[in-house]
Amino acid sequence: MKKMIANREIDVNQEGYLTDFTQWDKEIGKTLAAECEIDLTNRHWEVIDYIHDKYQKEEPLSIRGIKKSGVINVKEFYSLFPGGPLKKATLIAGIPKPKSCI
Amino acid sequence: MRNLVILGAGTAGTMMANHLVGKLPKDDWTITIVDQHKTHYYQPGFLFLPFDIYTTKQVKKNGKKFIPKKVNYINEKIDLILPEENKVNLENGTVLAYDILIVATGTNIAPEEIEGMDGPEWYQSIFDFYTYEGAKALRNKLREWKGGKLVVHISEMPIKCPVAPLEFAFLADSYFKHKGIRDKVDITFVTPLDGAFTKPKATQALHHLLKEKNIKEVTNFNIERVDYEHNKIIDYADVEVDYDLLVTVPTNMGDALLERSGLGDDLNYIPTHKATLQSKAHENIFAIGDATNLPASKAGSVAHFEAEILTENILRFIDGKELKEEFDGHANCFIETGGGKAILIDFNYTHEPVEGTFPFPGVGPLKLLQESRTNHMGKMAFRWVYWNMLIKGIHIPFVSATMSEKGKHFEAVQ
Repeated sequence: MKKMIANREIDVNQEGYLTDFTQWDKEIGKTLAAECEIDLTNRHWEVIDYIHDKYQKEEPLSIRGIKKSGVINVKEFYSLFPGGPLKKATLIAGIPKPKSCI
Repeated sequence: MRNLVILGAGTAGTMMANHLVGKLPKDDWTITIVDQHKTHYYQPGFLFLPFDIYTTKQVKKNGKKFIPKKVNYINEKIDLILPEENKVNLENGTVLAYDILIVATGTNIAPEEIEGMDGPEWYQSIFDFYTYEGAKALRNKLREWKGGKLVVHISEMPIKCPVAPLEFAFLADSYFKHKGIRDKVDITFVTPLDGAFTKPKATQALHHLLKEKNIKEVTNFNIERVDYEHNKIIDYADVEVDYDLLVTVPTNMGDALLERSGLGDDLNYIPTHKATLQSKAHENIFAIGDATNLPASKAGSVAHFEAEILTENILRFIDGKELKEEFDGHANCFIETGGGKAILIDFNYTHEPVEGTFPFPGVGPLKLLQESRTNHMGKMAFRWVYWNMLIKGIHIPFVSATMSEKGKHFEAVQ
C-alpha cells in the first residue's frame, strides 16, 4: 500500500514499515519519527546509522546486538525510542520490523 | 581415504551419520562423529517430564545404539575447530583431520546471561525445562508445590522450540486442574514478542486458547534482571512481574566451541547459507540443526527436513556439482494444548502456519491449526517415530522435506 510521507508517496506494509528501502531518506525518517512522537537527536541518528549498517550486512537486529554494539546501552535505547525500541527504530530507519522471533 | 567429521551426536548429527553411511563409498570415506555425552536425550520429552507424563527413562537412551557400526564414534569433548588447517582438536589431544566438516553442536541454555537468574534461587524457585536436569528438578518441585504465582517466561529469541513455553503453560493449567488446585495457581505467560507466538496467524489461535485457560499474557517484555530476593523479573522498560515459581527459558546460545574457534555469531551460532546449509565462511564446513543461524525454528523437525537436503548437498559437493538451494525453512510442530488435545502447525520461511489437513490433502487425519485429540495422539506417537525412524534417518512416509502446499489454506508471510 501507499502512504504519503514528507509529501511523497511511499510504499509501506500494513504496519507502516517501508517495503522499499531505496525510498528512504532523512526527511522520511524525521517524519516517521514525528508520527511516533520522537524528536530525532544526534544520538538517535547514531543508532539509525548502526541499524542501517546491520541491515546492509544482512545481520539480524536484536536487543542483544544493541547491548554489544558499543554504540548505545539498552537502557538508553529504551529512553530514545520509548515503548518498543527495536520496532520503532527500524520503522523510522525504513527497514523491515526485526524478525529476531522465529 | 577421505574424512567426513560430524561434531555433535544429537538429533541432527545422529541423523546425518545414518544418512551418510549408506551414501558415501566405504572404501573412500571414513565417517567420524564426536560427542562429549554418552546419552542421547529425547528433547521433546523434556516438556512432559515436569508433569510426570513421561518418566526419566522415556527421554534418554544410550547414544551409541543410534550410531551406525561403520561410523567411528568418539566420546570426547571438542576443544577447537581449526578451519584453515581442516582439523579438529579434541580435549584428550586427538587431532581429527577432515575433508568435510558437519557442525551439529546444537544450542544450550545460558542462564548466566541474565543477572540474578543463575543465582542462589536457580533450581529452588527458578527453573528451566530445556535441560534434562532442569526438567527433572522442576518435576520434583511441582510434585510438592502448593500453588501461588507461576510465571512461564522467555528471556530472548531465538530459542529452541518456540512453542514449548506455551505448551508448558497449557499443560500446567491441566496439571493443576487435575490436582484440584487450579484456583490456587495464577499462571502468567511473559514473552519478549508482541504476541503468544512468532507467527501472527498462529498467535491469534494461541491467544484465544490462553484466554480460555485463564492464562495471563505479558508481551514485549525484554528482561533486564531477576530480582530473586523479591521474587520478581524486571525488564528494560521497568515493567515488573512477580512470581512464586519462575519457569524460564534462558537465553539460548550455540556451543562455546564455535566462539573459541571464531566461527560463531553473537549467540555462537554459525552463519549458514539458508538454502544450502553450507557455512558462509568455509566451503567444506556445513551446519545443521540448532547450531545454525538460519531464520527457521530451532526444532527437531527442522533438523529432520534439513538432513535430507544436506545429505544431497554433501554428495554434490564431493562431486564438484553446484549445491541445491532447496531448504525452505520447513517446520512442523505439534503444540500440546492440555486436556489430551494438541494443535499441529506447518510453516516455512515464507508461509505462515496454515489451516488445512496433514499429511494428506483434504483427508488428514491431522488437522492444522485446530485443537484435536488426534493431534495429541500424533504427538505421543512421535516419541516412537523419533527413536525408531527419525534419528535413524528413515524417511517418514508422506512427509516431504520442503513444505507441500496441497490441502492447505495459504497466507504469505508479510
